[in-house]
Parts: sequence; structure tokens; C-alpha cells
Amino acid sequence: MTRLKADSRHSVRFSLNGKSVEGEAEPRMLLSDFLRHQLGATGTHVGCEHGACGACTIVVDGMLTRACLTLAAQVDGCEIKTVEGLAPSADRLGVLQQAFRRNHALQCGFCTAGILMSLDHYLASNPAPTEAEIRDLLSGHLCRCTGYTPIITAALEAAAKLASSKQETSDA
Amino acid sequence: MVQAAVQSANSVDQGGERPWVGRSIERVEDAALLSGRGRFIDDLGVAPGTLHATILRSPHAHADILSIDTEAAKRLPGVAAVLTGEDVKAVTTTLVVGVKAPVECWPIAMDRVRYVGEPVAVVVATDRARAEDAAELINVEYRPRGAVVDPLGALASGAPVLHDGFPGNLASERTFRYGDPEKAFADAPHRFSIDIRYPRNSCTPIETYGVVASHDAGEDAYEVLANFQGPFSIHTVIARALKVPGNRLRLRTPPDSGGSFGVKQGVFPYIVLIAAAARVAGRPVKWIEDRLEHLAASVSATNRATTLAAAVAADGKILALDWDQVEDCGAHLRAPEPATLYRMHGNMTGAYDIGHVKIRNRVVVTNKTPTGLNRGFGGPQVYFALERLVQRIAIGLGLDPLDVIKRNLIDAGAFPYRTATGALLDSGNYQEAVSRAVAQGRLAELKAKRDEARAQGRLYGIGFTAVVEPSVSNMGYITTVLTAAERRKAGPKNGAQATATVGLDPVGSVTVHVASVPQGQGHRTVLSQVVADVFGLQPKDIRVNTEIDTAKDAWSIASGNYASRFAAAVAGTAKLAAERVAGRLARIAASQLNVEVVDIVFAKGFVASKHNPENRIAFSRVAALSHWSPGSLPDDAGQTIRETMFWTPPELTPPDEDDRINSSLCHGFIFDFCGVEIDRVTLETRIDRYVTMHDCGTILHPGMVNGQIRGGFAQALGAALYEEYAYAEDGSFLTGTLADYLLPTTTEVPEPEIIHMETPSPFTPLGAKGVGEGNCMSTPVCLANAVADALGVADITLPLVPARLAELVRGAEPPPPAGGAAVAPVREGDRRLRGEGQALVKGVPEQVWAMLLDPATLQSVIPGCQRVDKITDTHFRADVTLGIGPVSGRYRADVELFDLDPPRAVSLRGGATGALGFGNAEGRITLAPDGKDGTKLTYSYDAAIGGKVASIGGRLLDGATRVIIDQFFTALARKAGGGAPGGGFSLFALLAKVAGLFGGRR
Repeated sequence: MTRLKADSRHSVRFSLNGKSVEGEAEPRMLLSDFLRHQLGATGTHVGCEHGACGACTIVVDGMLTRACLTLAAQVDGCEIKTVEGLAPSADRLGVLQQAFRRNHALQCGFCTAGILMSLDHYLASNPAPTEAEIRDLLSGHLCRCTGYTPIITAALEAAAKLASSKQETSDA
Repeated sequence: MVQAAVQSANSVDQGGERPWVGRSIERVEDAALLSGRGRFIDDLGVAPGTLHATILRSPHAHADILSIDTEAAKRLPGVAAVLTGEDVKAVTTTLVVGVKAPVECWPIAMDRVRYVGEPVAVVVATDRARAEDAAELINVEYRPRGAVVDPLGALASGAPVLHDGFPGNLASERTFRYGDPEKAFADAPHRFSIDIRYPRNSCTPIETYGVVASHDAGEDAYEVLANFQGPFSIHTVIARALKVPGNRLRLRTPPDSGGSFGVKQGVFPYIVLIAAAARVAGRPVKWIEDRLEHLAASVSATNRATTLAAAVAADGKILALDWDQVEDCGAHLRAPEPATLYRMHGNMTGAYDIGHVKIRNRVVVTNKTPTGLNRGFGGPQVYFALERLVQRIAIGLGLDPLDVIKRNLIDAGAFPYRTATGALLDSGNYQEAVSRAVAQGRLAELKAKRDEARAQGRLYGIGFTAVVEPSVSNMGYITTVLTAAERRKAGPKNGAQATATVGLDPVGSVTVHVASVPQGQGHRTVLSQVVADVFGLQPKDIRVNTEIDTAKDAWSIASGNYASRFAAAVAGTAKLAAERVAGRLARIAASQLNVEVVDIVFAKGFVASKHNPENRIAFSRVAALSHWSPGSLPDDAGQTIRETMFWTPPELTPPDEDDRINSSLCHGFIFDFCGVEIDRVTLETRIDRYVTMHDCGTILHPGMVNGQIRGGFAQALGAALYEEYAYAEDGSFLTGTLADYLLPTTTEVPEPEIIHMETPSPFTPLGAKGVGEGNCMSTPVCLANAVADALGVADITLPLVPARLAELVRGAEPPPPAGGAAVAPVREGDRRLRGEGQALVKGVPEQVWAMLLDPATLQSVIPGCQRVDKITDTHFRADVTLGIGPVSGRYRADVELFDLDPPRAVSLRGGATGALGFGNAEGRITLAPDGKDGTKLTYSYDAAIGGKVASIGGRLLDGATRVIIDQFFTALARKAGGGAPGGGFSLFALLAKVAGLFGGRR
């Protein structure tokens, strides 16, 4: 295992939303800060820095991860997906994002990135979730604006839509 | 219309040719927020060379600062400045205090700290981590004083006094009398009374505070970017504190803000602090608050002790109210406090027709975080007392609570209705609203359910609440805290100036600018609807900017996002501004189309003749004319490039000579009822159904209105069931993380059944009233009434956590049996930690004794120890860095040995302090031969811990203590040359623990 020196910066390289990125970080730098302030990927938000609010949730090597509980140096060589990687293109929203907009499932939008990441990750392997499953999944995210129910509605609607479009694809 | 509104509320409504206002269109804000392109304050770049600040905060609730040693911090590479109270005082002046008293209010402690978390020093460095490193090197010497956290306790004789200018901690006292309450009470057949303690809580936005400030020494002018929410009356407070005229404080807000709910009003003392730091450092300074700072020391709603009595007729009609309110504003009376107490002053009779009212209002200071704006602002505290009392009246008279509510509701024909205390309720039909809610919300079904549940022995209850929701505050209501004579001297204050600017550019596209400072509500979308309707355009044609720049934009002291003023005041003002521009455009078009102005209509992107729609001209062409050819405009048209409208409602007059105050412009009506079931075993409260009827006047965007209701409901549910900013008796803050301050999550929040009725306000341009705060007022007491009904108890205190209900139902918990575990469990609120234990170490007692007294050995075996200094043979100092849970920091420990009995026993006494906490401990260690060339150590300790570390839950603390002791023994055993970990205890395991935990940070 590489031993990092506390007072020097170390090079960190990984794949961010399919593109390779590189920066320098002190061993103590959090991944959330690295993403935001070194790479300018400010879509991942920081709400508590103790793993309770879920705003900074991202996907690291296929695992849902709190960026605020991860050191930048830990993800050297990893594949990382953040909210910036969700939309199919800069001017179009994905199915899940559209469902959020249609159902008023966000207000200030600060917690939204983390919730989208959890849902995107979950729906990929659970195409037909129940409301209880969605509520359970999202119980690790705090939202102070919406009262949550529009988020649940949007998630279920997106799941149905994703399932039916997959159905169409496989029928075709 | 209501039906359409409800149907469209849950999805989008984009098509057709109906007016845009009243429809749930997609929000223009959402695409960026959903794809990570929001522009919150910490997402924006800063000028090269910008420095970063961190704040060292008090671990004590009340203490004198004897000395602050910043030398080591200043020497750390990268540190540009360290400011203490003295340095801040040199460049600023005290914040104004809202009552007449010789009291100062600084954003940083001067020579005394008065609450846990109060700023003591600001460190400015090249990056945040370095600033935090430096903050750990600051040594502050405190002399603790007695603390008081209870509002009634603060008034008791002999209570510690926080400010000499507030004798006995009383910051303000006023009594009021409306009608003839004494006679009403004397004549009434019944009198009911209730004592209430409303707790502290906060709406805690997920984005914390942020400030970026710079100072131009040449012009002595400040530029500040902050996620401040208003009211901009605070701009005057900040400018005054920074000792510059208003035109030398340029305050801007970022495009996006991550929620506020009132809370981000409280960033203003930090604006002063960071601006002062920027001035001292000579460079721009940025500060982003962290969550632990936010919970401990940002701002809180007020807690309040209330006694409310009612004179009541036999049929349940309330004849008079007698209020006695003691408002707890925390350690400093910060602007605009004591506004929480007076915001509701016109509405102290709620939704009821009550002619006689007596009020005694006292404001006290205690050793807790200063208070400020929070969603509901005064409403939760008032309605909890009033609506609990209504239920008690019903029970006392053997009536149905709903019948008592109905008997007292203001008559539908009485609007506009002047309340006894001066509010002018604009419109409503409360009877109709209640009857619709009862029918549509299926109350009968809920009652049958209750009967059935109770027959099965289950705990099921139903609660009711009727609430008037005030919105659009009168900027003069706070002056009700002054006497009429004082007001005459100070000059009148009143009104609620709203502003809106509509601009047309050279290609005729429309821009709207307002000073409403949204924090996620979707103002840009609603304004695009409002203005699109006026110009016959589509919302997508209207670009709305809601950033504010006080150097360039139209604003007033009333600007900002508070008191639910957007829909009623700001959106209406935008409509008026657009109509003024449209009126001029109509004159231009009339001359071009050769028709009368009255024949002009704006529709589908054209300005046309009503009689002959073919006779038309493109909107953009008319709109651009003022740029390209002002000479061809009709003489009376004026310019159409930019129009700023100011609007203030004439109804908002100052308090009159008899202290009557129309504290708010609009008054929505809410009627809630709910069924709850309480688990007999766990005493967990489960909401079976929650019905909430709202009449907020004309609905501008049904999806957003329902979003406000749901959001308010969820926060109120948190306040009712989970959330409390809890303090120990000595002022230690106990809920310092989101693992201790519990916010409701997806698994706790059900969907409320929302019912609407629309009685437009006659006082606002669009007929809209505020809607954002109502459930924070109605829901906590509605749930409490239901729980009281389920348990059959008279006194209920929030939050309704199972432990509290258990005390109500089963009586207080008996003390645990003596003996038992080595480490006694730490109870919340009891920050003592006691324990005892044994350990085995290789080596005879003489050897172990020597090791325990040797600084070099100790330094190598104490976890996190940087250095140990031997002051005398029996006096040690150590620097220790420890982390417990999310809280880590450096502590300085000071330990003295006494009752030495070498090599058999020693006692030690010590204390430790650090940025994150402090503690004291005593312990005794005995060493005895184990019969196998080893030593058996027996130890016991008794410690007390305070400060930020104390805000971490007992379990974490306890666990961390064991780990540290274990690490110590392991290291000691290794050092002693023993293979087997056995351990000795050391003076210093105790020290490590004392230092680390007690002492330091826990």
C-alpha cells in the first residue's frame, strides 16, 4: 500500500462520468471537496460532512458512496459517476430527471443530486420497485423542502417509464 | 376552478390557451438543478487570492475570557490574520438591538461568551484546512460562570445575569389590554387555563450559510456575496455595524440558495464578521459554515413559556383571552428580535371572534444560541397554546372540540374583520372551509375508526386545529414592542414596499427583475406566468432574474423572502409593473394600428385590435420601438424600456395609540384534522390520516402551493415528533449532529390530504395570500391534540418522542440499579461519566509506577498525544489530538497528582480544554503485585464534560472512551515489554481520557 505524506500533495486520477480526470490532493482532502473545488464538478453538494444528509451521494465503482466520508486519495483509479453524468446531453434531461421536474419533486435542489444518484443506481438493478422500497432506499437522504412524497411519486413514475421503454426496446 | 387547481397540482399543465396564472407549469429552475448546474454560493468562483475563514467557537455556555493566545496560530504558514473580539471591535460597531436598553450585541465574543458556539476568534488562511489547523493552536483561557437556559429560570432571583443592561435577564416587558377583559373574566361562567412550554427547533436548510466579502480601502466600501434571504432592513444593520453608509455596502445574493425557511436571515452577523476579516486581511475572504456550526450556533426559533387563560360561556363561546408569554431569545437580542413575539400580535385571537384580550409579553435572554427567523415565525408558539386550550375547553365543558371551534369562528359575513388586537383579516369563509374539509376529508370515517380501535384497546386519537395564517408583514409591527410615546419619538414605521422591474430589450424580449430572493420556491417560474399573461406571451418568452445587488437593483427594507410575501406582494407588483408597460405599449400600438387604446389586446405574441384581430402588430416590434425610434412614439407614451414598480398596501398602518396593529396584510385560513395511533409498546406515534384545508386566496401555481404545504407539513411533523435543540442545564448543547437532531425522512412523512378553497384577497393585485408557513403553525398542535386525545392526558410537550410519552403514560423512569457495568451509561443532559476497571501490566509495581510518571513514556503511549510537559513532579501538561465521531480537535490537558503513595496508589485531578470542549475529572489508581511479577492496576474515575463534544450522543462518547483506554493499555503493555496486552492504567489513561474526552472534546 502506498504511504502518503500528510503535508504533501499527491496526484489522484480517476474516471469521472466516463472522462479521465486528474488533480492533486493532500491525503486529508475529502472527495467531496476534491470534486467540487479541484475539478469544478459542483453538482455534488455538501450538506453535513458527517454522512447523515446524503446530499453528496455519488457512485464509486458501482457502489453508492458518500463523497464526504471518502478521501480523494481513496478513489485513485476508480470509476466515478456524479449528477453531471445523468443527462443524455447538456440540453436534455434523462427519464428520472424529467419525472422529478414533472412531479415538482424538488424545490431548492440542494439535496436533489444525491437523491438522483441513489435512485439512478437503484433503478438500474430494481426495475419494478414498490413505494415502500423507494421510501426505504431514500431514508438516507434529507430533504427539507418537498415533504418527500413528490420524490417518491417521481421515482415510481420514472421506474415505470424506464421499464416500459426497455420493454419496447426488447420487443423491437 | 378549485377542482382544476387540485387536479393540475400533481403534474404539469402546459397546453391550451387559458391564462398561465393558476396552472402548474414546469419550473424554469429545474433543468439546471437536476443536472448539477445549480449556482449556489459555494459553486461560484472567487477572485484569485481569496482567503478562507474558520471560526473558533466557545465550548462554554457562559464564561469570562481571561486570555486568548493567538501567537502559534499566527505563525502557522498560510495564515493571513487571526481576529479576536478586540480586532473586530476596532473596525466595527455593535449590531443594533431591537429594544431600548444599554446593551451591545457583537457578532463575536468580546470578553465574555454567552452560549456554546459563540465565535471567539476568526482565522483567515490560504485554505480552509490551514485555517482550521491554526484555530486548533489558539489557546483561550476561560473562567466559567453559572449558566441559565430556562426562560422562567432566567427571571428567577439569583439567576446568572447575561447582560448588565437587561436587569434580571429581562430584555423587554409590555402589557396590553383590548376591550374589557377584566369584566369578561369576572362575568364568565367558566375559566380555563393552560401552561405551555414550546421547545426550540429550527428548519435547518440543507445548504449552510456562506459569505464572501471584500473591502476596498480606497473608498472604504464593502462588497458582500451571501446566501442571505432578507429582510433587507438588515442591510441597514450590517452597514451600521461596518461603520459605512448604506451605499458603501454592496450586498449581493447568488442565483441559487439551498433552502432557508427563515434561517438564512441569521447569516447577517457572519456577514459583519467576515467583512471585518476581509478588511483586516486586506484580501477577499470566504466562509462556508459547516453543519456542526450550523446546528450549534446559526440561529433557532424561539422557545416560549406561555400561560393562556380563557373566559368561556357555557356553550363554549370564548369571551376573553389572557396571555402571559415569556419569550426566550437566547444570548443576544439580534435584529429583528423580539419580532417572533410580535409578528402574531394582531392575530392573538386566531380564527376566532373574541372581543376582549389581555397580553403580558416578556422577552428574556438565556445562555443559548440567539434566535431569529424560522418558518411559522411566532405562529407555532401562539397556536400551540391557543389550540391546546380550545381542546381543553371542549373537554372541560363536555363538548366536541370541533363544535367549540365552530362556535368561535369569525362569521363569513364579517370580512374584512378587525381583530381585537388590530389585525384586519382580509377575506375568508371559515365555516364553509371547515364543512368542506369535514366532508372531503371524511371525518366521520376517522371517528368510526377511532371507536373501533378503542374498542380493541388501541391508543387512537383525533386532533383538530383552526388557524389564521398571516402573510406580508407590516414592517411596523415590531414597533409594538415600544410604547406609544416611544414610537412617537422614533417616528412611524409601517408598510411593506415590494418592487418589480420589467424591461424590454432592443429585440422586444422581456426581462423581469424582483428582490424576492427565492430559496427554492420557484419565483422565476411564477413571475414568468404572471408577466406572460399581461403581455399575451408564453412563460418561456419571459426571462426572470431574482439575484439581488443592492448597488444596482430596486429594493426596500421589506425586500426578501420572508413572511410568505412573494405571491401576495411581489408577484402582484410584477403584474402591476407589466401592466404599466403594457399600457404604454397599447398607446403605441393604437397609434400604429389606428384604433383606440381601449380596443387593444395582447394575445399570442401580438398586439391587436379586439374588434379586428387581423389588424395587429408583433409584440416584439412594438416592444422594441422605444429603443430604435423613440421619436416615433406618441407624446404621452413615455419610454417602454424599463419600468420599476413600487407597491405597498395602504392597509399596513403603524400601531395606533392603543397598540392595535395590523401586523400582516393577508390572512389565509387553515383547518386541519388528523387521526393518529400510538403503539402501546413503543409509544411511537403513527399518523393514520392528516387532512389539511387551505384557503390561501387565488392560487398562482397549484404544484408549488401544494409543495409549500407538503414541505411545511414535513417540517412541522419534525417539530412535533422528533426535533429539539436540546440543552443541558449548564448550557451544553446536546444535539450537535444530524444523528442527534433528528429530521424526518421518507419513512416518517406521510402524504397529507390537501384540500383547497379560494377566497381571493381584496388587498393584493392577484388575490393571492401567503401559504408557505401555515402548516408549521397548525400541524404541531393538531398532532399534539390528537395524541392528547389518544392518551387522555391534559399536558403535552413537544417533541412527542416515545420517551416523553412514556413518562406521561407510565410515570418517570426509575433510576438504574447500582453497580453493574464498569462504565455507567451517560444520560443525555447528564454529562457526567463515571467508570472503574482493572488491567494487568508486566513489571512489578515499582517499574509501572516509574513509567506512569515519566513524560516520555506517557507521550508515547497516550493516544493522540503530541507532547507531555512535566511542570513539577506532580503536575503535567499535555497536548492531545482526538477524534470522536465527526468531531476531532486538539486539547490541552492539565493534570495534578495528589495523595501519592508510591508505588501503591495515586489520585489525580485534571482538566482539559480545546476548541471543541472542556472537561474535568478526578480519579484514583492503585497498583498491586499480581503474584506473577506483574502489576494489577485498579482505577476509577468521575468526569464531567462540556462544550461541542458534549453534543455528541452518549453512546459515541462511551464507546470512544473505551477505545482510548484500551489503546492506552495496549501501548503501555507494549512499552513495558510485555507481549500480552494487559494494561496498566495510568494516571494518564485517565488523563488521555480526561484530556481527550472530558477535557477536550467530546
